[in-house]
Amino acid sequence: MFGYIVRRSVMTIPVMGVVALIVFALLHFAPGDPAAIMAGDSASPAQLAEIRARLGLDQPLHIQFFYWLGQLGQGHFGTSLHSHKPVAEMISSRIGPTLSLAVTTMTFSLLVAIPMGVYAAWARGRLSDRLVMMMAVLGFSTPVFVTGYALIYLFSLNAGWFPVQGFTPLATDPVRFLQTATLPTLTLSAVYVALIARITRSSVLEILGEDFIRTARAKGVPEARVVLRHALRNAAVPIVTVAGSGAAFLISGVVVTESVFNIPGLGRLMVESVLARDYPLIQSLMLLLSLIYILINLGIDVLYMVFDPRIRA
Amino acid sequence: MTEINANADVLRIEGLTVALKQSGTPVIDDISFGVRAGETLCLVGESGSGKSVTSLAVMGLLDPAALEVAGGRITVDGADVLSAGAEELRRMRASRMSMVFQEPMTALNPVEKVGAQVEEVLRVHGEGNAASRRRRVLEMFEAVRLPNPERIHASYPHELSGGQRQRIVISMALIMNPKLLIADEPTTALDVTTQRQILLLISELQQRFGTAVLFITHDFGVVSEIADRIVVMNRGRTVEIGSRTDVLSNPQADYTRMLASAVPSLVPPQRPASTDPEVLSVSNLAMSYKVGDLFSPRPPVHALKATDMSLRRGEILGIVGESGSGKTTLARCITRLIRPSDGSIVLDGVDISRLGETALRPHRRRLQVVFQDPFRSLNARKRVRDIVVEGMLNFGTPKSEAYERAAVLLERVGLSRDMLMRFPHQFSGGQRQRICIARALALDPDVLVADESVSALDVSVQKQVLELLRGICDERGVGILFITHDLRVAAQICDRIAVMRDGQVVEAGTAHAVLATPEHSYTRELIAAAPGRDWDFANFRPYGQPA
Amino acid sequence: MKMSAVLPAARERRAGQWRARLRGNGLTIAASAFLVCLVLVAIFAPLLTSADPILINAVNRLKAPSAQFWFGADTMGRDLFARVVYGARTSLVVGVVAAGASLLLGLLIGLVCGYFPIVDSVLMRVMDGIMSIPSIVFAVALVAITGANLVTVLLAIVLPEFPRVVRLVRGLILSLRNEAYVEAAVSLATPAWRILLSHMLPNTLAPLIVQGSFILASAILTEAVMSFLGVGLPPEVPSWGNIIADGRSYFQLRPGLVFFPGIPLALTVLAINLIGDALRDALDPKLARRG
Repeated sequence: MFGYIVRRSVMTIPVMGVVALIVFALLHFAPGDPAAIMAGDSASPAQLAEIRARLGLDQPLHIQFFYWLGQLGQGHFGTSLHSHKPVAEMISSRIGPTLSLAVTTMTFSLLVAIPMGVYAAWARGRLSDRLVMMMAVLGFSTPVFVTGYALIYLFSLNAGWFPVQGFTPLATDPVRFLQTATLPTLTLSAVYVALIARITRSSVLEILGEDFIRTARAKGVPEARVVLRHALRNAAVPIVTVAGSGAAFLISGVVVTESVFNIPGLGRLMVESVLARDYPLIQSLMLLLSLIYILINLGIDVLYMVFDPRIRA
Repeated sequence: MTEINANADVLRIEGLTVALKQSGTPVIDDISFGVRAGETLCLVGESGSGKSVTSLAVMGLLDPAALEVAGGRITVDGADVLSAGAEELRRMRASRMSMVFQEPMTALNPVEKVGAQVEEVLRVHGEGNAASRRRRVLEMFEAVRLPNPERIHASYPHELSGGQRQRIVISMALIMNPKLLIADEPTTALDVTTQRQILLLISELQQRFGTAVLFITHDFGVVSEIADRIVVMNRGRTVEIGSRTDVLSNPQADYTRMLASAVPSLVPPQRPASTDPEVLSVSNLAMSYKVGDLFSPRPPVHALKATDMSLRRGEILGIVGESGSGKTTLARCITRLIRPSDGSIVLDGVDISRLGETALRPHRRRLQVVFQDPFRSLNARKRVRDIVVEGMLNFGTPKSEAYERAAVLLERVGLSRDMLMRFPHQFSGGQRQRICIARALALDPDVLVADESVSALDVSVQKQVLELLRGICDERGVGILFITHDLRVAAQICDRIAVMRDGQVVEAGTAHAVLATPEHSYTRELIAAAPGRDWDFANFRPYGQPA
Repeated sequence: MKMSAVLPAARERRAGQWRARLRGNGLTIAASAFLVCLVLVAIFAPLLTSADPILINAVNRLKAPSAQFWFGADTMGRDLFARVVYGARTSLVVGVVAAGASLLLGLLIGLVCGYFPIVDSVLMRVMDGIMSIPSIVFAVALVAITGANLVTVLLAIVLPEFPRVVRLVRGLILSLRNEAYVEAAVSLATPAWRILLSHMLPNTLAPLIVQGSFILASAILTEAVMSFLGVGLPPEVPSWGNIIADGRSYFQLRPGLVFFPGIPLALTVLAINLIGDALRDALDPKLARRG
């Protein structure tokens, strides 16, 4: 059991290494002088020289890479080219809204999607099943910004229930937080609910075809208990797997949603840094968002043990 | 226990017809029979006979999307099953009628402890409180002879063996003391020695509780050991109903006679020993697998330990063993689908055990293989002709010549040449296995490895394929390595038999010697466990009884 | 008798009926019809509108829909209808090229990974790494560094996407390697390359087609998102994402600026996903699960 956790954790190291390599390479193999790219168009020769020296660009590439990794390891993420503030500081000042949005979305999605999927599996083939699944495909297919603007149009502009844009932190004003966070959460949830409802339905259906379900029925277990206790419990592994890999959709969705609703989170910081070509910031954000994704999936690998005793052995 | 009324049928099926929902084609056509308390009724038939559908209909477990009852009546202990509502039916299950399934490996919920799964039967029927339920489960575990019930209670299914799991399923089925137990091929997936124990257990519990047992099987050997009465089914109809002695010793229907006489006997036919030269010689062959890793180190698994054997031309050598005995690993090493970790495989003077894929290629044609599962061993996208000629083309035979030879081979294995352009899905399991044999013969091999090649086939088909293999061996002088779990099949076809256990050959010799005068205790155990060994099916009488 | 012997037969029956099933579903028919219309619109765009989708005319800025401007005019005074019509062309071209490239690249590398264990262990770590970077983040960063044009946008879509195809193909090849008919081919001394081409490749096509449809949908979405964020195709190019990016600041005033391109975009992706689902159900429900 402990071995399993250690093994899984160790397995993420090469993956993180590859991510770091890609992020590193992205800047160093980009056309043009990396220092010039990093410095931007208006850099003076002195600034260029300073950047070269700071990055150790006269060193061989692999030395540069490990030097950079070492810097990251010590918490030196560099300085924004644009605002000249430390990258770490910029990120920590923007992480709050993104985290709270992620938490509300995850909670809402799981609470809605799993019952939806289980219901659809139970009502398999009936009209209600097809309606639920149709909604899921629709949620999956509609681009996040279209969903966002449609919600704004319906509930902010027409109904006037929510503010059009902006964000208030939970700590500042809980009521205002709910008002500003509702539409972004719904927007971000559309894809995620669709994803999880679909996998829930298909895994529950698949499990319902297993031999042990027939055993359960043969011993007189009521149908509701067959579906919830036996089928859903066994479907947990594929569901959490998709919830984990679907976190990529969530992170991508955050970038767009924050732009639509003008929320000062990591997603908008990413877009801002890209538009400003603020390379140290881009690098750090890419690394951070990928790391979050990797850690989510590592957490899910560990969760498997809770759901499947065969892995514990 | 309950009062037993010997005359009343516990299960009564009258005129039952079950049809496919979409087409209305009947899969069970107007069958009627009854099972009395304390009686074991065996329902025998080959695949597609409708025996499993019958059992599911009794439980009210037919897949409502695919099948529907088109007529007839089923009563269990006086209660009508077909007219019962869902809730009523649910209450009847486990309390009046219960069922044990074929596949113990998948019949239990993998993520719940088995104790809780058995307790659930009591819980959903509202029996007792937590403490009393637990006590009853532990008592039941004792009754099905599970060792250390407390420990088993807290185990997950994957921690138990197949036989133990089947005991769990049986305790689940019997814990509420139902009037009727349906056992659907409960021992088919188990090793013979385990099968014997489970059969004994079922009959012991039946006597203790006075249960009526409807036992479904394809194996007349099992039938001859446990049945009080027999119902033979074929294509959804009952062919014959009668007492065990009547059906076995004086079968009326042709189908029953055919089915019974196809049961392989443990007594090998007399056959002269092959004196041809040795073609394959295996010595010291071993295969071990690394398991675990840096973080959870485990000792390597020795699937095969220092095995020696040799095969002559024109000889069939049977490798007999239960699951985990290493017989399939041996076959895969010899056919070089895997590289053995140690030892030598000498094929006509050349050691092929260490050769790389390129060096191996010319030797491959001399060593062909026929696999177990006829549905997976043919590429569904290829025509029979292209399947059969693949090997010949690899060795440079011109196309036209290869096509002609494919036609000849197809005829040799009992198919016709106009089937060449068909696809595999147009053939039955037995026919596919014939195609596999034709494909293997196309290269004119010296050695044919048949890995459980008849295990997935119905007995009647199995008998024909065995005859085909024997014929090929005799006429072409090919040596056949016949891997099987079934000692009875080995007895019928093999000249010599090697018995394997835990990766080692424990006994080897002529079929006659191994079966008549076994030396190793495990061989004796296997022979004792072979179902139906006391009955001479071909002559419709017990062994040792004059004609 | 054994379950394993029964299941493949059932699968074959299913495969035989897949045409019938595809025809039987009204939704799939509607989706296919929509896609056919969209392709026609994309091809015959110049016949549908005489307006120039790129021509800027400040006089027409933000004009409401009228007989002249069916969807109105955008913030630069360009005809919105013309831009939406030509946007179909952009979306389809980007989607088809990106999906095709991802499939091809993924298939090649996947075959290699599935068949050569040594290459596999290295390449799959690289693929895992790429897949760990959320695709929009990867795409956006890539374009930020290389500059936005058609080629870099395509690259930005293909690079995060093709490892998923690699993983699919590799998984299929690995499971096919254990199939008895492949082992039979090994015993028949069939060379590895021929086993790969004649036994394995044909059996990867069905799931690959299904996956391809999902990649097509996701490529179209990604292009739109990148353009919406301002890091996609150059702003003058008529792409649905660009149109929305242009109109979003005037959304409160003129919601049509977002919805006229947004709705066809959503419908296109929906139609492709519906067809992909139908294909998957028809070919094999267990294969090619999204994600």
